[in-house]
Amino acid sequence: MKFEGTDTYVATEDLMVAVNASITLGRPLLIKGEPGTGKTVLAEEVARALNKPLIQWHIKSSTKAQQGLYEYDAVSRLRDSQLGDEKVHDISNYIVKGKLWEAFEGDESPVLLIDEIDKADIEFPNDLLLELDRMEFFVYETQEQIVAKNRPIVMITSNNEKELPDAFLRRCFFHYIQFPDPDTMRDIIGVHFPEIQKTLVSEALKIFYEVRDVPGLKKKPSTSELLDWLKLLMAEDMPEEILRERDPNKLIPPLHGALLKNEQDVHLFERLAFLTRRENR
Amino acid sequence: MFTEFFYELRNAKVPVTLREYLTLLEALDKGVARYNVNEFYYLSRSALVKDEKNLDKFDRVFGKCFEGIEFTAEDDVHEIPEDWLKQLTEKFFTEEEKAALEAMDWDELMETLKKRMEEQDERHEGGNKWIGTNGKSPYGAHGYNPAGVRIGQDKNKNNKAVKVWDKREFKNLDDGLEIGTRNMKVALRRLRRWARDGNAEELDLPDTIRSTAKNAGYLDLKMVPERHNSVKVLLFFDVGGSMDPHIKVCEELFSAARTEFKNLEYFYFHNCLYEEVWQDNVRRRADKLGTYQVMHTYPHDYKVIFVGDATMSPYEIVHPGGSVEHWNEESGESWMQRMLSVYPKAVWLNPVPEGYWDSTPSIEILKQIMSHRMFPMTLEGLERAMKELSR
Repeated sequence: MKFEGTDTYVATEDLMVAVNASITLGRPLLIKGEPGTGKTVLAEEVARALNKPLIQWHIKSSTKAQQGLYEYDAVSRLRDSQLGDEKVHDISNYIVKGKLWEAFEGDESPVLLIDEIDKADIEFPNDLLLELDRMEFFVYETQEQIVAKNRPIVMITSNNEKELPDAFLRRCFFHYIQFPDPDTMRDIIGVHFPEIQKTLVSEALKIFYEVRDVPGLKKKPSTSELLDWLKLLMAEDMPEEILRERDPNKLIPPLHGALLKNEQDVHLFERLAFLTRRENR
Repeated sequence: MFTEFFYELRNAKVPVTLREYLTLLEALDKGVARYNVNEFYYLSRSALVKDEKNLDKFDRVFGKCFEGIEFTAEDDVHEIPEDWLKQLTEKFFTEEEKAALEAMDWDELMETLKKRMEEQDERHEGGNKWIGTNGKSPYGAHGYNPAGVRIGQDKNKNNKAVKVWDKREFKNLDDGLEIGTRNMKVALRRLRRWARDGNAEELDLPDTIRSTAKNAGYLDLKMVPERHNSVKVLLFFDVGGSMDPHIKVCEELFSAARTEFKNLEYFYFHNCLYEEVWQDNVRRRADKLGTYQVMHTYPHDYKVIFVGDATMSPYEIVHPGGSVEHWNEESGESWMQRMLSVYPKAVWLNPVPEGYWDSTPSIEILKQIMSHRMFPMTLEGLERAMKELSR
């Protein structure tokens, strides 16, 4: 059972080692990196490559660790008691299973994605320490111990909005997805748009890395934005000459809306365009 | 097995623990890395480093500990372009030697060049590998390998001309002592005060059971509002002049505070607090707000944080009319006192390092006015300040 990238996902060597280490040892893998470098997609691709079910748990600011294990639906039990339903005598009818429980129960070990763990409260990762370490937890209401039949492959993504506790980090493998170099980027594009012309790619990539190098950008465009942009360029049937022409009057790349997501960044570009025009005069 | 490496990492202040070390050994035992230095590097990095800011330190220690393990003398010298060599000869050889070189064949030339570079290196750098970073090597960032001359950017990815850890790709992520927003948020969290108000949205189970029982078993649902942070904060920022170098850290504090506190109001002042503050720096001349108005608008339970370097002429604090910008009827000191009597919970955060405070009289004066509740704008200072505020 080894992960070596898929036909739609280019994995660098270091990423493969990290993923395989976490699969082999059954430890969670924590993935960080710039937004849009394929953190969430990784879990989907690992599940696909290893042919395992994927269970996704998306974290919000209000998510509590307990919700991943189970929830006790007291209200419907109270309601059923009112209606004299027979179900009411068994409390286990009102235990709603969470994503973690779901993952522990599967017959083959699934891939469990805990997406954007940093969105939750700062105590959230601490509340999951034991559960992720031993892959078991206790249901107080029914007095039963839930133990994972097969250790799921746990992938956790973080956008660095909050620092994660040390005790939690110690239990994980860690990988920081580095922004891909131009060669890897070309591979990634080849995987997504096999029929795209080579010249268009190299011109677009040149512009893309130039945009990334502009100092003072609030949000640098990332891989997912580049892919969107290329899709647009292809849809518009943009001739590559337009990309190639380095006319200072048109400093802003065509269809820039896909690359620059921030009004201030667009302004910055317009200002730069204005400055170059003045220099040329 | 790699105990020395482990301790070297700890010495370099990479926070590794025994548990992580054992994980690494376990992974090696299970054959995750197949006796290949690169895989070992990736594996140990993934197992031992948990924060991208430590990746650079890790790379440095790895380079130091495992130097020379990898094959070194790959014979790819022939890939060096002609003009690189030319530059090199100009740098390392004298005129006569250059003339002599004309007679040498390629291999000889490379050999001599290598020797010369080694000599040069020992004399100046003490064997530092990363010659490129010192601006001496014409090879750019990746430098040269003492065992052979190589070109930094190799086109073939599998032909590892440069060891990955020597590239130190993560260099710019090492944030050292600087504080980032997330750390600030963690520090600001100390100020949390939970309270329930607003719309009742959560089921209050104890109360529901109690009232259902009272209701002779007839279901009576009770809801409570969700808990949230109810702390209220007024932030006063010093802007312009001597504060310009500190803008970045102030922005970070501001954005951290904005997400952490729902009840946050912010104002700007220049150098010292006087009778007017403003909320928009672009329109600061037009949209001024009386300091009295602020004090009358926000109740006493607001906590006040001043952010400023407090570096100015002492007159600007203690004398009426001392302000550099306008004629102030009353001294900054009396405005500060007034503010502090309205808001007893107040601190001053100063981006100037604490060690320099003694040498600036105005900082001393303001520190006295704040009755020593002035803290440096570091993580540790921020924590102390929040502790003081939540007392």
